[in-house]
Amino acid sequence: MSTQTDTPRSFQEIILRLQSYWASKGCAILQPYDMEVGAGTFHPATTLRALGSTPWAAAYVQPSRRPTDGRYGENPNRLQHYYQYQVLIKPSPPDLQELYLGSLAAIGIDMALHDIRFVEDDWESPTLGAWGLGWEVWCDGMEVSQFTYFQQVGGHDCAPVSGELTYGLERLAMYVLGIDHVMDMPFNDPSAPIPLTYRDIFKQTEEEYARWNFDVANTDMLLKHFEDAEAECESILSQDHMDPKTGKRIIMAHPAYDQCIKASHLFNLLDARGVISVTERQAYIGRVRALAKKCADAFVQTEAGGHAA
Amino acid sequence: MPDLLIELFSEEIPARMQARAAADLQKLVTNGLVEAGLTYAGARAFHTPRRLTLAVSDLTAQSKATVEERKGPATDAPEKALQGFLRATGLSKDDLEVRDAGKKQAYFAVIRKDGRKAADIIADVLDQTVRNFPWPKSMRWGNGSLKWVRPLHSILCILTTEEGAEVVPATIEGFETTNHTRGHRFHAPDEFSVTSFEDYEAKLKRAKVVLNAEERADAIWSEATSQAFANGLEVVEDKGLLAEVSGLVEWPVVLMGTIDAEFLSLPAEVLQTSMKEHQKFFSVRDAKSGQIVRFVTVANVETADNGATILAGNQKVLSARLADAKFFWENDLREAKAGMTAWTDALSNVTFHNKLGSQADRITRIEALARELAPVTGADAEEAVHAARVAKADLSSEMVYEFPELQGLMGRYYSEQAGLSSAIAAACQEHYSPLGPSDDVPNAPVSVTVALADKLDTLTGFWAIDEKPTGSKDPFALRRAALGVIRLILENNLTVSLTDVFASADGRADAANLLSFFHDRLKTYLRDQGIRHDIIDACIAMEGNDDLNLLVKRARALAETLATDDGENLIQGFKRANNILSQAEQKDGVEYSFGADVKFAESDSEKALFAALDRADEVIKPAMATQDFGTAMAAMAKLRGPIDAFFTDVKINADSEIIRRNRLNLLNRIRATCGAVADLTKIEG
Repeated sequence: MSTQTDTPRSFQEIILRLQSYWASKGCAILQPYDMEVGAGTFHPATTLRALGSTPWAAAYVQPSRRPTDGRYGENPNRLQHYYQYQVLIKPSPPDLQELYLGSLAAIGIDMALHDIRFVEDDWESPTLGAWGLGWEVWCDGMEVSQFTYFQQVGGHDCAPVSGELTYGLERLAMYVLGIDHVMDMPFNDPSAPIPLTYRDIFKQTEEEYARWNFDVANTDMLLKHFEDAEAECESILSQDHMDPKTGKRIIMAHPAYDQCIKASHLFNLLDARGVISVTERQAYIGRVRALAKKCADAFVQTEAGGHAA
Repeated sequence: MPDLLIELFSEEIPARMQARAAADLQKLVTNGLVEAGLTYAGARAFHTPRRLTLAVSDLTAQSKATVEERKGPATDAPEKALQGFLRATGLSKDDLEVRDAGKKQAYFAVIRKDGRKAADIIADVLDQTVRNFPWPKSMRWGNGSLKWVRPLHSILCILTTEEGAEVVPATIEGFETTNHTRGHRFHAPDEFSVTSFEDYEAKLKRAKVVLNAEERADAIWSEATSQAFANGLEVVEDKGLLAEVSGLVEWPVVLMGTIDAEFLSLPAEVLQTSMKEHQKFFSVRDAKSGQIVRFVTVANVETADNGATILAGNQKVLSARLADAKFFWENDLREAKAGMTAWTDALSNVTFHNKLGSQADRITRIEALARELAPVTGADAEEAVHAARVAKADLSSEMVYEFPELQGLMGRYYSEQAGLSSAIAAACQEHYSPLGPSDDVPNAPVSVTVALADKLDTLTGFWAIDEKPTGSKDPFALRRAALGVIRLILENNLTVSLTDVFASADGRADAANLLSFFHDRLKTYLRDQGIRHDIIDACIAMEGNDDLNLLVKRARALAETLATDDGENLIQGFKRANNILSQAEQKDGVEYSFGADVKFAESDSEKALFAALDRADEVIKPAMATQDFGTAMAAMAKLRGPIDAFFTDVKINADSEIIRRNRLNLLNRIRATCGAVADLTKIEG
């Protein structure tokens, strides 16, 4: 196994190395999805493309938001906005573990010095109606990635099965760069004319969002938006598959799924505001899952979803 | 005779599933071989994170040829019968033989099966085993449809004889069997071939794989303890963790690291739980102080820097984890010292069950019940109520949110910090006990009170909303709760009327049904102590059966008496008396309970029985008054002789109606006297 032992110098260099590594392995390097999501899995390039029989290979960075994790930028590891690196390959190749280990080598983790372990961790997303089996990957006792073979998404069996890799970029980068507090991490090269740390870029936004998420967000409005998104999703999916204007069969799985993503994020915001009780929680998650399932049902009827054109 | 070696090589198998899977592999393959007519001398199964291995020694080279004869229908039987026989045997009419069968002639099928080669049988058995493997959770991968715990990469299957080794040819879901495997993922990833189990095990070791999990566990434990010993320390034993860690490595490398001084003030259990749950570290303590000062981690690789980088990384992760734990602990201590009211208030937002209200509602009920139970347990009522109020406060603490398994224990620490009495602090921890049949039962009165109140509230609550356990389903662990109540009452020798407590806990609960649930649990509990169910039934039939101690006292006395000859025979005498009396009462339509009079006694044995009953009553009455059932039963057992003699000498249905009635009334006295402790009609045999 080739090992690239030179250590990256910045957060962005780690991202760039992952991008070029997975590009060299044949993945389409996509851009982040342009909506607020809780994790890279929500990107339609993962959720929807894991469905159906059409082969797929994509990698991308996904900015992710978890309002409840906000700590005003004070906590060394917790952020309400952070980055995930996501790889999805369908069907999962037989050497996916080796490909994954190659990516760690590419960002400067020397297998001859570190202890890499695959520790059982089954993944489930109740909001997406999805689950898979796999591991959390440990490097010297630290979880650096989630490695999952998707078995079901949106209530549909995955056939073929996709292999999904998710890297928590900040945590992984902090380890590789030897940084103890995320805010101290160099974002660009420390010797650049204008060196920028994670703090320079995100400390203020963490504070602003933490205050809004926890104390200010208008919960009546959020609740209304949740219901609007839910209604719009249902309305989109209830349309006739035949578009009367173009005379084509156009199933609007993606626009409907956007509404599902919205509903999911609105639920997360409401949760952070503490207005959702324990019992209501399950009901809200169930409502989002119902949308995700309907979107999945719609997607598998489209060409990208494997439906014969 | 050939030896068989099978290896199923896959991506990392969850540690907790490995041992069971190896045992299943052994069972499925060896059973399959034996069913197909092969025999073998021995079999051993092995597991590592990436492989399940089975070695079978001295397998027969082929199964024996068999001849089976089956008699079919008579030659003159209807055609339908013949067709059925042909279908069943898979033969055609020409294959059948016609022979004499008694008076008629009949068709006979002679089914010859050739012996099969071991390799053919193995291929079939392996195919079945791989396709139907009982993983607790399995998955598909890539384009395949085979299910395995994680993607399967290769199947090694060889037969070794003196002439050499041969691959047992088979193709299972696209996997062709081979004679090769791979070593350690990082140290020796290349393929190599093997010729026998011994060769396989030796080559694996050279390729940095210790095949035997016990050998890995022993190596880890001995290396960990010797490193600790060298530093004057000891490793905290944890067999579960040792087994798990052995399942996470193929080449164990034991490394001992230090814990930052700033975390050493955390409670030992917090350090231990955090290190174990998150990092799978062993705790290393100072033998004298009990303080946890270091940790042991087990890596899967040898490195040029002797694990320095790995250890540094692990220490860093641990520090981050413990910083969290310390943060929780310090925040919690502030709340604890402020009296924990914020925590108890917060429990009103935590739903216990949607039909049974919040945790706070529940605590209010437990407090009331604790007050009522205090006189029974001998606890100070105010102290018991206070303990009930704070017993679950720690559920709101940050530490318990992070480590649910520390519930109760943290409650104890925090109550101490809040300045509460040691009895209350102990109750916070102990009120969850006993959790199982072998768990210790608390005996401090305040702990016992809250433990009883907690469990009884749960039971009556779920009975009130009709969520009883059914069959194997007991989602709220109500059987365990009932057993807990039983053990608390019996082992602390408490006198309490369950019916009364049920009524005050939740009047909506069906008390009779719940009591019979308790009786069923009690039967199971006492059966494990060697007391027969019919003995318990005999005591349950008596009044006051909701006082479990009384019930068990009766049962023990009865069991002891029944274990003697006199006791066993007394039952026979009693039953005889009871049967005759019952029949007579049914026939005559009266109850013979007027009291027998000795003046109508005719024979000596009849008079002797009167005297014996008088003597017995003199003993039994005061004994019953003090619930001394042993003495009462012993006195009854002494009646055995007089009763036997009476039945031998005396005819109950005397010609004189006066004497007959008197004798029936005497039988009634036997029934009444002998029925004082238990309903002996329920005794079997």
